[in-house]
Amino acid sequence: MAQNPFPLGKDELLKAYRTMRTIREFEERLHVDFAKGDIPGFVHLYAGEEACATGIMMHLNDNDRIASTHRGHGHCIAKGVDVHAMMAEIYGRSTGACRGKGGSMHIADLSKGMMGANGILGAGAPLICGAALAAKVRGDRGVGITFVGDGASNQGTFLESLNLAAVWNLPVVFVVENNGYAESTAMEWAVSCDSYVDRATGFGMPGVTVDGTDFFAVYEAAGEIIRRARDGGGPALLECNMVRFYGHFEGDAQTYRAKGELEAIRASRDCLTILSERVIEAGVIGRDELQTIDREVNALIEDAVRAAKDAPLPVAEDLLRDVYVSY
Amino acid sequence: MSRKISMKQAINEALDLEMRRDPTVIVMGEDIVGGTGAQGEEDAWGGVLGVTKGLYAKHGDRLMDTPLSESAYIGAAIGAAACGLRPVAELMFLDFMGVCFDQIFNQAAKFRYMFGGKAETPVVIRGMVGAGFRAAAQHSQMLTPLFTHIPGLKVVCPSNAYDAKGLLIQSIRDNDPVIFCEHKNLYGLECEVPAESYAIPFGEANVLRDGDDVTIVSYGLTVHRAMEAATALAKDGTEAEVIDLRTLSPIDWDTIIESVERTGRLVVVDEAHPRCNLATDIAAFVGQNAFGALKAGIQMVTAPHTPVPFAPSLEDLYVPSADSIAGAVRRTLSPKGARSIAA
Repeated sequence: MAQNPFPLGKDELLKAYRTMRTIREFEERLHVDFAKGDIPGFVHLYAGEEACATGIMMHLNDNDRIASTHRGHGHCIAKGVDVHAMMAEIYGRSTGACRGKGGSMHIADLSKGMMGANGILGAGAPLICGAALAAKVRGDRGVGITFVGDGASNQGTFLESLNLAAVWNLPVVFVVENNGYAESTAMEWAVSCDSYVDRATGFGMPGVTVDGTDFFAVYEAAGEIIRRARDGGGPALLECNMVRFYGHFEGDAQTYRAKGELEAIRASRDCLTILSERVIEAGVIGRDELQTIDREVNALIEDAVRAAKDAPLPVAEDLLRDVYVSY
Repeated sequence: MSRKISMKQAINEALDLEMRRDPTVIVMGEDIVGGTGAQGEEDAWGGVLGVTKGLYAKHGDRLMDTPLSESAYIGAAIGAAACGLRPVAELMFLDFMGVCFDQIFNQAAKFRYMFGGKAETPVVIRGMVGAGFRAAAQHSQMLTPLFTHIPGLKVVCPSNAYDAKGLLIQSIRDNDPVIFCEHKNLYGLECEVPAESYAIPFGEANVLRDGDDVTIVSYGLTVHRAMEAATALAKDGTEAEVIDLRTLSPIDWDTIIESVERTGRLVVVDEAHPRCNLATDIAAFVGQNAFGALKAGIQMVTAPHTPVPFAPSLEDLYVPSADSIAGAVRRTLSPKGARSIAA
């Protein structure tokens, strides 16, 4: 076996690959099942963006909090939310992570530090400032990570939160998942600055831009700024430049994309392929080992779908439950 | 020990007692300490009207001034609540909900339901409401109906210092998000308040005055106008029962219905605008659940369907007066009022 040139041991590399493959398989399966009409509501897929969630979440534990977006499945899986509970939630079943009351856009698991996907773009940023404040008050060294897309990076909540986190010196990392499109609108048009590093600088915090399709680039950049936040060094911004393999939502015909764009990004910017080739070429992990993980993940997702379809639907009495703790 | 203190002092005392009792209680808002980062006095303001004055000396960094950035800090209070703290966030004037309402109604109010009963968000958002302060259209509104409309929020609006203290203590201990509405024209009003800690449960209205002829329901400042009206009506031999709701969500339907079933007449007084407010809500509920008891059409006394005007001569007309409440009572007693229900 060759010397490992990577910043993670083999077990950690396999874990990263398994997480990314699980996200990919989860999303690919949703894409198929949504088209069949099996899934109610809106679904926004994270396929193509797996390296970002995984590279960041490898540095976190259950005590660290994340606030996600409408495109939250990848963040959930990488933060350790149970895949069966997620799938059941997306199918609107009572065994779901939110007992079928939330759906794709609101999956949460506070016990895992996952404060929710969020249907309101940019809304997670103030919330994560609060989570980070709670960690700071308790002195438990917890950090908060909030994700926004390039679209929501224009929201007032996001910009206000950058300032608040800097003024209060909160352990927060603001992650901009720049996939180039706010729904159908190009980032180049809708974002007034050339680089998010400039925005970070404007709020008095470090900003880093990485290739979000490169797991190792994300992992190393995130590691440094998360460590800094954990040690009391304050907030930072991480921009991950990445690609979205599907539309804004399932059913989006993506007519705003250039001809051949999707095929090109699938061919050259697939973060799973990039990671696989690197670890195989380095001789650290064999292709067969990855294929074993692929088979296990396939079985897991298949079982999650089967279990979700078999699970009971919420019933009438659930309609009125859990509005308040007490009322 | 009981002594007379103002509603402002009662709120300060409730915050102080809860911060002493529970280390997870933190208080944040714009200028609630005042002068942070400036060269002058420490604790320069204690809130724009001095409600939190002196708490910084007792509790230090648990009183947090914020940048002028309501979306960020109201959201941070909500996020911190979901992570185990009990933040009290001051929104100064609740009119400012306009710049942070998403965090209140799409986030805090929905977490518990949307996350399948697995979240608790024990946050209190307190701020000033109400007209009569010559503060004009954007600092004077009674926006209680907007909050009351939202499932997941609890809404409190005390009318006196005693209730303010007990209800704020309950609000802080409550495990749901609470909007605590403080009428700025009641801040200086004094009454007997025990020095020790006590909590007033939500959903329990206070019957301020017994009467068998008519029921007047209100909350906040207009409770006092209703009491004035009741005193004036008593001189003519009409005995009004006056109910102070104290909490709008939950609301004490039982006390209202029980009273109307006895008096047969209902006047609902609300400082909010006339459409879709507490008055219409209560009138509809009574109409649906106690119609048979009514001897006359229900009367509503509210602010008009206008923004709050600045000129004192206009603002004085805006807030429901004791005279307008007494007039509404007389309409329920007139033969015409009685006919209106028979028709």
